[in-house]
Amino acid sequence: MNAENPGIQARLRLQRSQFTLDVDLQLPGRGFIALFGPSGCGKTTCLRALAGLERAHPGLVRVAGSTWQDDAAGIWLPTHQRALGYVFQEASLFDHLSVRGNIMYAQKRVQSTGRSAVAGAAVAVEQAVDLFGLASLMDRRPATLSGGERQRVAIARALAAQPRVLLMDEPLAALDAGRKAELLPYLEALQRTLAIPVLYVSHALDEVARLATHMVLLDAGRVRASGSAEVLMARLDLPLAQGDAAATIVEGTLVHHDSAEHLSTLGFAGGELHVISTTARPLGQRLRVRIQARDVSLTLERQSGTSILNIVPATVTGLREDSPGQWMVALDAGGARLLARITQRSVTALGIAPGRSLFAQVKGVALLD
Amino acid sequence: MGFTETDLRAIGLTLRLAVTTMALLLLLCTPLAWWLARTRSRWRGPVSAVVALPLVLPPTVIGFYMLAALGPNGPLGQLTTALGLGTLPFTFWGLVLGSLIYSLPFAVQPLQGAFEAVGERPLEAAATLGAGPLDRFLTVALPLARGGFVTAAILSFAHTVGEFGVVLMLGGNIPGVTRVVSVQIYDHVEALEYAQAHWLAGGMVVFSFLVLLGLNLTRRTRLLP
Repeated sequence: MNAENPGIQARLRLQRSQFTLDVDLQLPGRGFIALFGPSGCGKTTCLRALAGLERAHPGLVRVAGSTWQDDAAGIWLPTHQRALGYVFQEASLFDHLSVRGNIMYAQKRVQSTGRSAVAGAAVAVEQAVDLFGLASLMDRRPATLSGGERQRVAIARALAAQPRVLLMDEPLAALDAGRKAELLPYLEALQRTLAIPVLYVSHALDEVARLATHMVLLDAGRVRASGSAEVLMARLDLPLAQGDAAATIVEGTLVHHDSAEHLSTLGFAGGELHVISTTARPLGQRLRVRIQARDVSLTLERQSGTSILNIVPATVTGLREDSPGQWMVALDAGGARLLARITQRSVTALGIAPGRSLFAQVKGVALLD
Repeated sequence: MGFTETDLRAIGLTLRLAVTTMALLLLLCTPLAWWLARTRSRWRGPVSAVVALPLVLPPTVIGFYMLAALGPNGPLGQLTTALGLGTLPFTFWGLVLGSLIYSLPFAVQPLQGAFEAVGERPLEAAATLGAGPLDRFLTVALPLARGGFVTAAILSFAHTVGEFGVVLMLGGNIPGVTRVVSVQIYDHVEALEYAQAHWLAGGMVVFSFLVLLGLNLTRRTRLLP
């Protein structure tokens, strides 16, 4: 956050039958920001209130330096005057228009909301069409598209409106596993290229782990935690570090790539990680990898003669029972955070306790960028 | 044998009445149906009931009250006289007014159903893309509800063509002015001109069948909610 890009400020209070949304958020001016929490915790309501589709009262919303709502000062901009892009859970395309017509609908109205003033911030329409592989679909009707294609059009349409923030309400939730897998790479490409912040509502931890740089954890209408995804995902006191999907993110620098073995080596403060990668990237590039807690095992001495490539020294920072017989162990590996899910028997046998030094063996590492 | 001169005049008058009524109803009912489809006001129920009244009332009741209201001593009659329009009963425009009431639910209900089927979401999506309220209505709601407009147009047209009771009470039986096809058939039967009555009545059956067939082929929304 800096003076040019002050990010998003939102103070919202809104009464609902099941809960009261009461949040005070200060979010970065770029990156993928996940609004995460169980169903009915107020994620979608929060997003709609930001967009002006619901009226929070009292409320304060400032995005990229412009005030959209400030009840103390009597300011309220209706949705169509807010420079935002919104992707609904179901694509919500206009069925009476072609794909091109849908995208042009947004583009034609850019001037009317003063959005063009920040033209450099988002992406050009041609770029969005390109990014989402829509060139061959432009003349099709929405009714003839698959679920994944419809959602790609919806995202490109939202970007064509030259928004200062992109709001996405569980864009994958209505898709089956296959379509989800088809759309995720597009979202990852978006995460890499977009210069505006993306607020992404989700209750699926695996999606969030792949995309989020910043996380807001909501519970019963309130913010339970807000911070960088790396930090929040490794916190044992939060529900993120629980169960099968628990994972952490480690950032490192590409130090070597073996193209014969398709193996990249990342250097980070705690050592090196090897990861399968079929694309050669420039050395020195910053990359993020995701490591799932269930793929990490612990040993007291460095093992040799093992097929596991990634073995890093680490210190136990905390542990907590995850499920009967299973414990989640938080580790610090030279500043990088790891989680390991191991059995209660191993916890006892290895004498796992905060401060214990040991080695983390990582069986699976997934590149995120 | 075919149609007589007066038959043709009755057919022409009927078509003129039905087209006029249909056009006016589409204009007037669009905002009304839009309001009914989206309001959360407590007036929604009573207004819906009033709109549906012509469905259940005998046309003679509608005609009788309109005659009373539009006559020289009725409140509307005094208004039209004061405006220099004279009294409307037994004139073409009196019939138009009666037909508007008579066919009102046949225009409002398909439009309301179509607007309800469009739902909130496409309008919200349009708002997030920078479209203001009127823009949203014209570029999203209207095109998405077009099936409802086709249905409303066909139904209000056809229903007006089939009008009898209201016409008889409010318009009387003046050739070329208020004598529509249904009244002409009645006259033929009264005069025992069964062949003439057959021509017109048969024509009405064929016409109605074609209208309903066309409706089935074109409509995308339900007939009535």
